[in-house]
Amino acid sequence: MDAVAGESQITYDARGLVEVDDTVLGVAVVKDGKATIDAAELTTRKINLEIRSLVYEQGIEEVTILNPGGKHSLGVGILTRCKLTFEGSLGYFALGVIDGPEVTVNGRVGWSACENMMSGVVVINGNAGSLTGAAIRGGDLVIKGRVGARTGIDQKGGTIIVTGAAGSNTGFMMQRGRQLLLGDVGPHLGDSMYDGTLYVAGKVKSLGADCVPGEMTDEDLELVTRKMALYDLGSPPELQKFVCGKKLYNYDNLEPSERKLVL
Amino acid sequence: MCGIAGIIYRDGPHAVGEDMKKMLQSMKHRGPDSTGYALYGTPSEAFRMRITLADTNDKRDFDFSERLLRRRSQVEGKLRAVGANVTEIDETTDYTSTFTFDYDGDLKTLADQVESVRDTQVLSLGHALEIVKDIGDAETVAAQYNLDAMQGTHGIGHVRMATESDVDIAGAHPYWAYPFSDVAVVHNGQLTNYFYWRRRLERSGHRFQSACDSEIIAVYLAERMSEGASLEEAMNQSMEELDGVFTYLCVTADSLGMAKDELAAKPLVLYESDDIIAVASEEIAIREVVPGEIETYDPFEGEVMVWTR
Repeated sequence: MDAVAGESQITYDARGLVEVDDTVLGVAVVKDGKATIDAAELTTRKINLEIRSLVYEQGIEEVTILNPGGKHSLGVGILTRCKLTFEGSLGYFALGVIDGPEVTVNGRVGWSACENMMSGVVVINGNAGSLTGAAIRGGDLVIKGRVGARTGIDQKGGTIIVTGAAGSNTGFMMQRGRQLLLGDVGPHLGDSMYDGTLYVAGKVKSLGADCVPGEMTDEDLELVTRKMALYDLGSPPELQKFVCGKKLYNYDNLEPSERKLVL
Repeated sequence: MCGIAGIIYRDGPHAVGEDMKKMLQSMKHRGPDSTGYALYGTPSEAFRMRITLADTNDKRDFDFSERLLRRRSQVEGKLRAVGANVTEIDETTDYTSTFTFDYDGDLKTLADQVESVRDTQVLSLGHALEIVKDIGDAETVAAQYNLDAMQGTHGIGHVRMATESDVDIAGAHPYWAYPFSDVAVVHNGQLTNYFYWRRRLERSGHRFQSACDSEIIAVYLAERMSEGASLEEAMNQSMEELDGVFTYLCVTADSLGMAKDELAAKPLVLYESDDIIAVASEEIAIREVVPGEIETYDPFEGEVMVWTR
């Protein structure tokens, strides 16, 4: 019975893929209320614990992370206002589920960056992988580079700005919010979108199902002008606007079983 | 999931075995089941053939080692019978061997003869290609086969998370393009018209050693190239004819190619400089071999790229 009883106390992962130890190392150097973490020798979990300890428990508002080295899942779940700067590239799932931080990444991000971001600002000074800004609810996500496929899939709010080229299925199934795409865009733009707005400056390879051209209004232009000024992107170029054609809206239809009841 | 990696040096041979080991080890979380390497050393006049005499799931009973010895001498006999002049036999592990031999006949006849020995698989055959694959992570396999000492000009590798076939050597990547010398493929994804292509290629005489969909790609490309297409042409054609979600890498004696499907559903990150090209499922792998801050990007959907060393 000892072996069974001991199982609940397993403190290691047999495959060696997950780190179970959750002690904060406290290796950050704090100076004038600003903290710096050298992440070169730290694991993902240790880096995230260090950031959380600084911004939640020690009240530090500015944290710089050196040598992130493309590690995955860095800076996730930060739910308070603070300033984070990553000096280097991040891997997959960077900055997921954040609410409030102002983040600058001086490098590249992998797939699914800023997934489900609620509010705040993220500026990426580099390229991004696919699924960037998946399901974001609010905030500004600025990518100063090119992005992969399905940027802003399932987007439910906020603004995504891409200065470089974007891949296929950009704005796939988006439901609300805006995307400002300053480069060329791949095939199936705005495929199956429910709502929201896409502004494109470059060439569009093809439109997805039920994505149609819209008409630029003064409000659109004002919004774009303000956003571009905020992130030093100059004045707006000639833009095309794309919205949902609402031809696929079938929400009022009854299920066959329900129809029987009504009739 | 699976993780793939490729590297090609433009300035001559490097420690390709060690570099590939580092790249694959950093992506262990993408596939801890098995690891495979396809490395290109210095080309020689003679052929090098790597074989396994038993697979992972074969019974390890009292007669096991005796059976291996018997099979090894049978393989040697088959090689001599088809006219190959065996110059060296390297017993890498108890169940794998590397044969070096001179031969000028048909490669399919030779490979078929070798595989007629029970449970024997030809892993690779060529003048420079060496495929090493086994169960375990990258460091385990590299140590088992002494890959740190391997110098070469280019190579690809794969860490596998098995989804549709067994965890064994036959199911591990890379795949040699049986029976075409010096061509190998690694793949991350699923092919949905696998059986269509398998039947079609089997009708034209090809044999498949596993039930893994990735093997199709290797044989498909090799057949196109044997019909006169360049690697790039063959890969472009595969984008039309293979269905599913995939990113694959293909290596030949002098080039490395990548192809990404129309949906861009499987990742690949690319780094290119004057003396090295490194591609991998995750940037973390490229950073293992290229130090410092580097600029990398994801190729777009439907892209095919080929680099020659």
